[in-house]
Amino acid sequence: MPKGPTQLDGHLVAERLGQALPGIVQRSTDEWVEVRPERLQEALRWLHDSEEFDAAQLSNCCGVDRHHHFEMVYHLQSLDLNHQIVVKAIVLDHDRPSLPSAYPVYKGALLQEREVYDLMGIEFEGHPDLRRIFLWDGFPGHPLRKDFLGIGAGLTSGLARFPYEDKTDPDRIMNPPESMRAAAQEPEAGSQEPSPEWRGEQHP
Amino acid sequence: MTTASEPYVLNIGPQHPSTHGVFRLRVVMDGERIQDMDMIVGYLHRSMEKLAEERTYTQNIPFTDRADYLAAMTGNLGLCVAAEQLSGVEVPERAEYLRVIFAELQRIASHAMANGTLVSDAGAWQTPLLYMFREREKILDLFEMTCGARLTTNYMRIGGVAFDPPPEFWPALRELVDELPERIDEYAELLTDNEIFVARTRGIGVISAADAINGSLVGPALRGSGVPWDLRKAEPYAVYDRFDFEIPVGRTGDVYDRFMVRLEETKQSTRIIRQAMDQIPEGPHKTQIPLALRPEPGEVYGRVEGPRGEIGFYLVSDGGPAPYRFHLRAPSFINLSLLRELAVGSSLPDAVVTLGSIDIVVGEIDR
Repeated sequence: MPKGPTQLDGHLVAERLGQALPGIVQRSTDEWVEVRPERLQEALRWLHDSEEFDAAQLSNCCGVDRHHHFEMVYHLQSLDLNHQIVVKAIVLDHDRPSLPSAYPVYKGALLQEREVYDLMGIEFEGHPDLRRIFLWDGFPGHPLRKDFLGIGAGLTSGLARFPYEDKTDPDRIMNPPESMRAAAQEPEAGSQEPSPEWRGEQHP
Repeated sequence: MTTASEPYVLNIGPQHPSTHGVFRLRVVMDGERIQDMDMIVGYLHRSMEKLAEERTYTQNIPFTDRADYLAAMTGNLGLCVAAEQLSGVEVPERAEYLRVIFAELQRIASHAMANGTLVSDAGAWQTPLLYMFREREKILDLFEMTCGARLTTNYMRIGGVAFDPPPEFWPALRELVDELPERIDEYAELLTDNEIFVARTRGIGVISAADAINGSLVGPALRGSGVPWDLRKAEPYAVYDRFDFEIPVGRTGDVYDRFMVRLEETKQSTRIIRQAMDQIPEGPHKTQIPLALRPEPGEVYGRVEGPRGEIGFYLVSDGGPAPYRFHLRAPSFINLSLLRELAVGSSLPDAVVTLGSIDIVVGEIDR
C-alpha cells in the first residue's frame, strides 16, 4: 500500500503512462513509478497535461545516493484531484550523473534542481541557470554523496547502531517487555514521572 | 534631448533589514527599474541533511527547530508525522490535540512576525511590528511554560509530545484566545485601509494562479493567488478533520492579498484552538517508542502545512537507527522560485515589498 494518505498506486500510473508512451516505464511498485531517465521530461509533461492525473505542481524533488547509482525522486501533486504521484528516475553513471531538467515543465524545479546539483552533483540538461547555490564555486565535491568523506562503496556513513544501545541485550531497547510498556503508558495517578527505566527523552 | 542611462549593479545584503536574514540580492538597476536579479544564499548553510544521516530520528527533531526558526513547532510536527508514517507509531489522541494547539499558536506567532516585517518594509517603520510582537510574546510565553524554550522548542516527539502543559497553561491560553480576535481586528483597522500601505501593496508583485501552481508555491503565497490549497484540509494530519475552519484566499495575488490571507488565517487559527481546547480528551501525551527507532526499509514523504506552506520530509530508511536519506522540503526556499520573474521590471522598493510578502526564513532556505 502507498505510504502517503493521498498517494496514487504506482502500478496504476505505470499502466496508463505505458499505454500513452510505450516503453517509458522501467519499473513500478505500489508506491512509485520509475521511468527511463532519458525520457523523464516526456513523462513529466504527459502527467502534467493528462486530465486523469493532472500533476499540476512539482511539490518536491530530491536525489538519493545509492552508492552505485543515483535516484531522483519527484513528488507531483494534483491540486484539483488531491492526489500525489511519485516518479523516480535512476541515473546509473555515478561519476558523471546527468538527467533532463524538469524546468521546462515545472518552473518550481528552478531552485530545487540547483540544490541537487550543488549538494548531490547531478547535472540537469536544459536547466537555464545551473550553478551551485549554497556552496561556493570551487567547493571540492558534493557533500550529500555517500562517498563525500572518503567512505567507499559498501560502507555507510550513517549510524550502525544507536550510541547508547545495549549491545549485549538489544531486545531490552528494541522490544520492552509487556509489563514495562504498560507501566510506561499508564503513569501512576498524580505522578508526572515516567518509570525509571524510561528516562531517555525526559532527561535534561 | 534624451538622457542616456547606464545599468549599474546594486548589492543588497547579506546584512540588510529588508532581506529578513542573511540573504543577499545582487540587482542590476537601470535608474529605479530592476533589469536583472540574482539571489545569493548559503550564508546560513549548516548541512543539516548530511548531519541528519548520522543521527537517529528523535535526535533529528532539534534540527527542524533551527531550519524554520520562526515556526519550530510546525517543523517538529512535520518530521514527527513523517517518521510516524515510516515506522507506524501510533499517537494518543490527547497528543494529537496538543499538536494542533501548538501548531496553530505557532502559526499565529509566525504570521504576526511575517505581517509585521512586511508592514515595516512598506514604510510603517516598526510600530505595527512591535504591536504584533505583543501577541507573539504571549504565545512564546506559553511555549516557555510548556517546554522551557521559546524559539527552538523541540517539543514534538515521535509518538506524541514531550510534555503535558502545566495546569496554569490552560487559563493563560483561554485568556489569549479570547483577546486575539479583538487584537487582529485592531491590526486590520490600522492597516487594511491605510492609504500608504494600500498604495505600496495593491497591484504589486502579482502572481497569477497558474504561475503560482507551476512555480511550486505553497502556503499563503499560493492562497493569495486564489488557490484554496491547504494540507490541513486536503490531507488532514493530526486531528484537523475534526475542526470547523475556512481557508482564506486572495483574489488578485498581489502583496496585499498575501497580507490579508495571513491576517485571516490567524483568525481561523484562533477558531481551531478554541475548538481544540473544548474537545481535548484526557489521557497519555505520548506513546513509548524504542530509544533507537528502526523503521522497516522504505521511504516516505510526510508533510504538514506550516505557516509558510508545505513542510515536507522525505525520509529513506535502510533499517538502521538513522535515516539513510533525510530531505527537508523547505517552503521558503521553493517559494523563491518566481522571485526573479517578479522582480525584473519592477522598481526596487516594490521588489523589497514582494520579497517581504513571500515571507522567507533564511534558516530554512539554507538549512
